[in-house]
Amino acid sequence: MKIVVCVKQVPDSAAKLVAIDGKANWGDSPLIINPWDEYAVEAALQQAEAHNGTVIAVTIGGEGSKEALKHALAMGCAEAILISDEALAQVDSQVTARVLAAAIKKVGEVDLAFLGRQAIDTDTGLTAAQTARLLGWPALTLVSVITGVDTAARTIKVEKSAEEGRLTVSTKLPAVLSIVKDFGEPRYPSFMGIRKASRAVIPSWSLADLGLSGLKANIAWPEIMNPPVRQVTTEMITGSTPEEIAGILADKIMAEKIL
Amino acid sequence: MNKIWVYIDQFKGQPLATSWEGLGAAKTLAGQLGGGVTALIFGKGVEPIASQAFQYGADEVLLADDSSLEDYRSEPYTALLAKLASESAPEVILFPTTTRGRELSAMAAIDLNTGVLPDVIGLEVVDGSLLATRPIYAGKLMCKVKCLTKPQLVTLRGRAFAKLLLDASRTGTLTKVSPVMGEADIPTKVEAYAAGEAGVSLTDASVIVSGGRGVSNNPKLTPPAGMDEKQAEIWKAQQGFKLVEELAQVLHAAVGASRAAVDAGYIPYAHQVGQTGKVVSPDMYIACGISGAIQHQAGMRTSKVIVAINRDPEAPIFKLARYGVVGDLYAILPALSEAFRKRLGK
Repeated sequence: MKIVVCVKQVPDSAAKLVAIDGKANWGDSPLIINPWDEYAVEAALQQAEAHNGTVIAVTIGGEGSKEALKHALAMGCAEAILISDEALAQVDSQVTARVLAAAIKKVGEVDLAFLGRQAIDTDTGLTAAQTARLLGWPALTLVSVITGVDTAARTIKVEKSAEEGRLTVSTKLPAVLSIVKDFGEPRYPSFMGIRKASRAVIPSWSLADLGLSGLKANIAWPEIMNPPVRQVTTEMITGSTPEEIAGILADKIMAEKIL
Repeated sequence: MNKIWVYIDQFKGQPLATSWEGLGAAKTLAGQLGGGVTALIFGKGVEPIASQAFQYGADEVLLADDSSLEDYRSEPYTALLAKLASESAPEVILFPTTTRGRELSAMAAIDLNTGVLPDVIGLEVVDGSLLATRPIYAGKLMCKVKCLTKPQLVTLRGRAFAKLLLDASRTGTLTKVSPVMGEADIPTKVEAYAAGEAGVSLTDASVIVSGGRGVSNNPKLTPPAGMDEKQAEIWKAQQGFKLVEELAQVLHAAVGASRAAVDAGYIPYAHQVGQTGKVVSPDMYIACGISGAIQHQAGMRTSKVIVAINRDPEAPIFKLARYGVVGDLYAILPALSEAFRKRLGK
């Protein structure tokens, strides 16, 4: 079984973000593999282990994005590919999906492609479904459990999240899956894995290598801004007993007229 | 045909109330762009939803009622939406930011060769096109976005737009449409459904009571014999969360949690508020035993009134809070539940 997992390099979730001149700045905070993508890597590795398969990690970005691929390699992915092209400096989810779909096709004979549910920088949550649509494969988004993959019958059954609970859904392979945190903790990179990743030679593919040209973002983002400053005066509630404190606090909240 | 369309999300024949917010936003846009508002309703046995859509502001409903559409599935829903939109060329299609709304908009955008503005909290019309505001980096920053192609697909964040007051006398034009895929051509099957926990949904809630790592710190509790250290910690946390749940019940609120509480195994992930959980914006957010890491703040900082209860007076959560209590949540929470019971006549 051949599996592709798509990952992204993003600023650490602990980073303080500031908009300067309409652009996002995260100071000297480190860049990390998108936390959601670690669940996708874990799911991909589990399937590879269950079906004697191999996992190829793919990312789009500059040289620095190789760090996200090295994390995926250290977790246990067999290979990694960087897709790098000057024309990909400003992309939207649709362009990202076109590039990923082309990469998955170029890898060839892929049975499953995994993505995280969304990237913690742009927060769009669109890419997995769009990649599936472009490939003409079923999309299984927000998957928490992979119940079974039948490689002979070419089917997959999963549990996925919806507002109302969990749905058991089956479909045909190949398919694109996005994975949520309920799937279970991703493994830590092993010592051997880290050594292997540090020595890995990561090939770089350009858009021409993928047979793509003339990609155009449909979305423009003219401005990035700081959120409005929260104007708040904190009133500390004190009293001699919990009951007294609770009474004062409840009266204050009732006066806010929100209940 | 109207320029503004609104997708009405439903599950098992019940519309999600957040869909009506889309009709409210669409009415405002129609006032600027002209024309009326068309609601799209796909499902099985969903004709009653059409009357509700009219009452919440739709002028026209495109209704597809067919057994192949009973459960939302991306293939038949995307194919139908894309066909309708390519025939009638609306300028804007609004979706609620639900699991289904987000997926359907993403896939329809590919078929229609256009873009999606996801999770939008503000909309304006500039030179005849939409300029949307949306949070990025879980709300640590905001950005303005626009879609350069038509139709402009937009998913609206829940509670960011007001629904119109229901007008029971309002009605409109109902147009029935047929699905475009036969069951045999749809690879995906929904085999079963397990209802989630009962209770108020975090993203719809007007009040949220959240617990953090602090809910396990009750020194007065003695866990049952035979538990190891981790089991005892989780047992203590669950006793603490009972107090959080009690207050939530009194206030008809949803129960939230910090990532620390979820990662420690105190409460399922579905309750997590923060950058890698749900981003919420209720009228009131009561944080109990939550210190307020930057990732948690990103998920709740736009709440209207924030109340913090914490033992540590230096906890960063107090900087966001309108009201703060430094104290023992095991004593404060039951007293607060009781105080609200009295005041709310429960």
